[in-house]
Amino acid sequence: MDDLLSEFLTETNENLSVLDVELVRLEQNPNNPELLSNIFRLVHTIKGTCGFLGLPRLEKVAHASENVLGKFRDGELTINPEAVSLILQALDAIKGLLAVLEATEAEPPGDDLPLIERLNACAEGKLAAASAAPPPPPPPPEPVAPAVAAADADRVSLEELEAAWNAAPGPSGTALTPVAAESAPADDPAQDLVVPEPETAPAAAPSRMPVPAAAQANGGGDDVRDQPKESAVAAQTIRVNVDLLENLMTMVSELVLTRNQLLQILRSQKESEFAAPLQRLNHVTSELQEGVMKTRMQPIGNAWAKLPRLVRDLAHELGKKIDLQMLGADTELDRQVLELIKDPLTHMVRNSADHGLETPAERLKAGKSETGRVTLNAYHEGGHIIIEIQDDGKGLAIDKIKAKALQNGITTEAELAAMSDQQIIQFIMKPGFSTATKVTSVSGRGVGMDVVKTNIEKIGGTVEIKSQQGRGSTFVIKIPLTLAIVSALIVECAGERFAIPQISVVELVRAAADSEHTIERLKGTPVLRLRNRLLPLVSLQELLRLEDEEGKTKTDDETFIVVTQVGTYTFGIMVDRVFDTEEIVVKPVAPILRHIEMFSGNTILGDGSVIMILDPNGIASATGEMAMGSEAVTKEAMAVQASRNEDKMALLLFRAGAGAPKAVPLSLVARLEDVDLTAVEMSNGLPVVQYRGKLMPLVPIDPAFILGNEGRQPVLVFADGDRSMGLIVDEIVDIVEEKLVVQLTAERPGLMGSAIIAGKATEVIDAGFFLTQAYKDWFGSSSDAFEEEKTQRVLLVDDSPFFRNLLTPLLSVAGYDVTAVENATDALALCEAGETFDVIVSDIEMPGMSGFDFAQAIRRGSRWQDVPLVALSSHATPRDLDRGRQAGFTDYVAKFDRDALLYTLQQTLSEQKGAA
Amino acid sequence: MSPNAKVPAKKTRGEEVVSGGNQDYVTMTIADQLFGIPVLQVQDVLGHQKITRIPLAPPEVAGSLNLRGRIVTAIDVRLRLNLPGRLRNKPGMSIVVDLRGELYSLMVDSVGEVLSLSNDDFERNPATLDPRWREVSTGIYRLNGQLMVVLDVPRLLNFTTMEAA
Repeated sequence: MDDLLSEFLTETNENLSVLDVELVRLEQNPNNPELLSNIFRLVHTIKGTCGFLGLPRLEKVAHASENVLGKFRDGELTINPEAVSLILQALDAIKGLLAVLEATEAEPPGDDLPLIERLNACAEGKLAAASAAPPPPPPPPEPVAPAVAAADADRVSLEELEAAWNAAPGPSGTALTPVAAESAPADDPAQDLVVPEPETAPAAAPSRMPVPAAAQANGGGDDVRDQPKESAVAAQTIRVNVDLLENLMTMVSELVLTRNQLLQILRSQKESEFAAPLQRLNHVTSELQEGVMKTRMQPIGNAWAKLPRLVRDLAHELGKKIDLQMLGADTELDRQVLELIKDPLTHMVRNSADHGLETPAERLKAGKSETGRVTLNAYHEGGHIIIEIQDDGKGLAIDKIKAKALQNGITTEAELAAMSDQQIIQFIMKPGFSTATKVTSVSGRGVGMDVVKTNIEKIGGTVEIKSQQGRGSTFVIKIPLTLAIVSALIVECAGERFAIPQISVVELVRAAADSEHTIERLKGTPVLRLRNRLLPLVSLQELLRLEDEEGKTKTDDETFIVVTQVGTYTFGIMVDRVFDTEEIVVKPVAPILRHIEMFSGNTILGDGSVIMILDPNGIASATGEMAMGSEAVTKEAMAVQASRNEDKMALLLFRAGAGAPKAVPLSLVARLEDVDLTAVEMSNGLPVVQYRGKLMPLVPIDPAFILGNEGRQPVLVFADGDRSMGLIVDEIVDIVEEKLVVQLTAERPGLMGSAIIAGKATEVIDAGFFLTQAYKDWFGSSSDAFEEEKTQRVLLVDDSPFFRNLLTPLLSVAGYDVTAVENATDALALCEAGETFDVIVSDIEMPGMSGFDFAQAIRRGSRWQDVPLVALSSHATPRDLDRGRQAGFTDYVAKFDRDALLYTLQQTLSEQKGAA
Repeated sequence: MSPNAKVPAKKTRGEEVVSGGNQDYVTMTIADQLFGIPVLQVQDVLGHQKITRIPLAPPEVAGSLNLRGRIVTAIDVRLRLNLPGRLRNKPGMSIVVDLRGELYSLMVDSVGEVLSLSNDDFERNPATLDPRWREVSTGIYRLNGQLMVVLDVPRLLNFTTMEAA
């Protein structure tokens, strides 16, 4: 059976059993809004899932029931037994359909019109007439379904459980027996071993092996039809109560502690007959521990598995193009946490796709690509798991939220006026809040963000919303590592031990009077020189206001520094001692201690003592360095700086003729060859060699240079497309990486100027000049250098490294400050990053975003919309010129016409200046 | 005595304490004063335990300890009751209680026997009682020769009101 379908069946059956119970309760307490909204959500979920799986018949019934429940919720209908039994009938009908679906993997043909009509009538308040003659509902497959604590159940691979089971020694002899005995047979399997098909009554089979238990459970059910299929499914997974797992986990921890104690005793005894069995116990315990741990952890990707399909179907249904990206799918999460965030996540992705993204037409109009993007990203950060759901849609409509908030009476006009956009956005987390004007079958009923928020807060997480009008919105879910297992460094300070999550520890430094690192103080503030940088230090003792140990005076004699990184902020935590790392299970601190920011939890160490886990985020913010805004700014500044630093280029140093060593950007050079001079022929008065089946002209740097007749000569091969040219040199010296700053412009043709390279004055040759020597038409004719202003910034966008490297020196020689990027996306990123340029030179044909698209993107209201834009293309027909102008290019230059380029740049910039 | 104030009516893990008849209390002494906690709220009685201090915690929080794999927060009841702290060389005892799924260990001087007390001997807190004591106590039992203060565990562990004070 399709995974999706079988999961749907399991889930829906569970939901239905819950609904049965809840509806009856609702009948008894008609005024319980919590109960009602829970029922509404469950039915909504069933409807939604049916819609995605393409089960129209089920969906219709669920939809009609939801309508009635919606009226209940809004107070338009009063809850009465007739209405409730009608809904129960609808649920029975759903169960009937599910049973067929399970057997045949398809919905039965036909429809449920009578039932739906009655539901609709009920929704319109005309129940009395309809209920007089209730048509027989489809026969429910099973009369009673055992109430399953579905929300609390967890799914574990049978293999893992069995492995854990087998690792536990048999019931006689060892100290382990109580653990094994308590953990399984003591519990009635009828309660805990729930087969994914809840309708089959599990037989109480106190068996040692889960598999037969599951199989027997199935056999015990009446529904024989499903048996073969279900037992196949049951063989894969069983549901185990989380409490049971939790219990197992605790037991295993105890076992580990006991094992450690035993080993300790063993070590103090030289010869012992216990040695061998204890070794065995040791191994078994480790494996058991690992197995039980594994049962709890699951990559978040499992929760995402349904999403691609969901998004695809959604895209079809809504007529949108949606690209779903999922990053960090292997981030491990505790199962319980995972179960709890699964639905919120699905909901949020659905929301992003439905409300967030625009239709292709709207997107094009807004100047975005047709395909909208929804990105899911999960990662660990400073003891938390962060999940981001990002879309590049229209962002949240502040005005609509305001209007809706007023309409719902959540707030007043005056309050709204005083609120920031950020605060207004938070309204979407309020119950019954949906700004979608149209109620689609997908969303818009106002079941949503409030549920998401409640579910996430239940596990101690937070949801943060960021939205930018027209640019999309981002939801950031932050879940503490509660229950998750982390590796932690154990440190000691003032006699107390603490754990620091290993994930935020960068390195450890020992600082002592006799070591190369010493702590220095700036007006009492400790700092450390670490690899030519000052590292701010935080004294854990002062931070936690720990008293000195008795009889010990505090000295700086020997201190250990835990270099910690939070975001981009790196700092050192000073501690007295460092122990080893330990795998710990993070447990939340007691509620009365939650306000202490410094701790993210606590745990029990191997030796049985309780230890607090430090929260690097909390420490960073407590030390005052961490205003979010400033962090973002520095990050950006760093990125900009980094992009500048990347201007360094590899240069090939060589000697040719007399004078200084010469250099040429290495990237221009296609190959280095050693040409056998006897192979050189003359053609058209120029020396050529046959090179890779073609004639390659050889050009000397010094025109007076005369090629010898024999021996070998190093040659730099320049190539572009199918043309290549060999530059004859005397000796290849070195390859260095430096920022090319041409300081003296040369008067001689063929030289770009002089620069300091590798500490020596070096002549930078103008490869372009020699290219034209070989092929007159390589660029068009060469020309003299000309005068220009030195301060203009040029952004060069070209996908060909050849031209980038050719034009960068050319333009810098011409006095421009050149930044070269290889595609339009990078260029737009620079725009976002706040860079400014006086003129942009862009290639037209580029992979990804073409020059035309790039021009359009810039002209459409970006920060650069007034920056002149010069197109650079190998095609320069009048039609191209036209198209270029239409796209927003200021001017159009043929790619090989560098004089024209320089001239155009000059013209464009002076025009710009004149206009300004 | 008001007829309504007969019983410290409280909910303990879903079970309502039945009104009328006798109530069972675990007794303890702190600074020679007898205190009592309804027996159903008590999970465990511990001897002296190794406690991990928690920096920056409220002073009443003595630290945390490991009780069979569960982390229990230890509360120094003396400090909570505005009494001077316990002497270091005098190991005390602890009563472990459960509040909304979290375990707390109440550190006292000593734990006594379980007393079954008649509701007729129960009385509300005298109006002149120390405000802090009045806050955490539901009432007083008149015993032979001494008085027993009934501690209200949720209020005893409610630190927010205390911080405001």
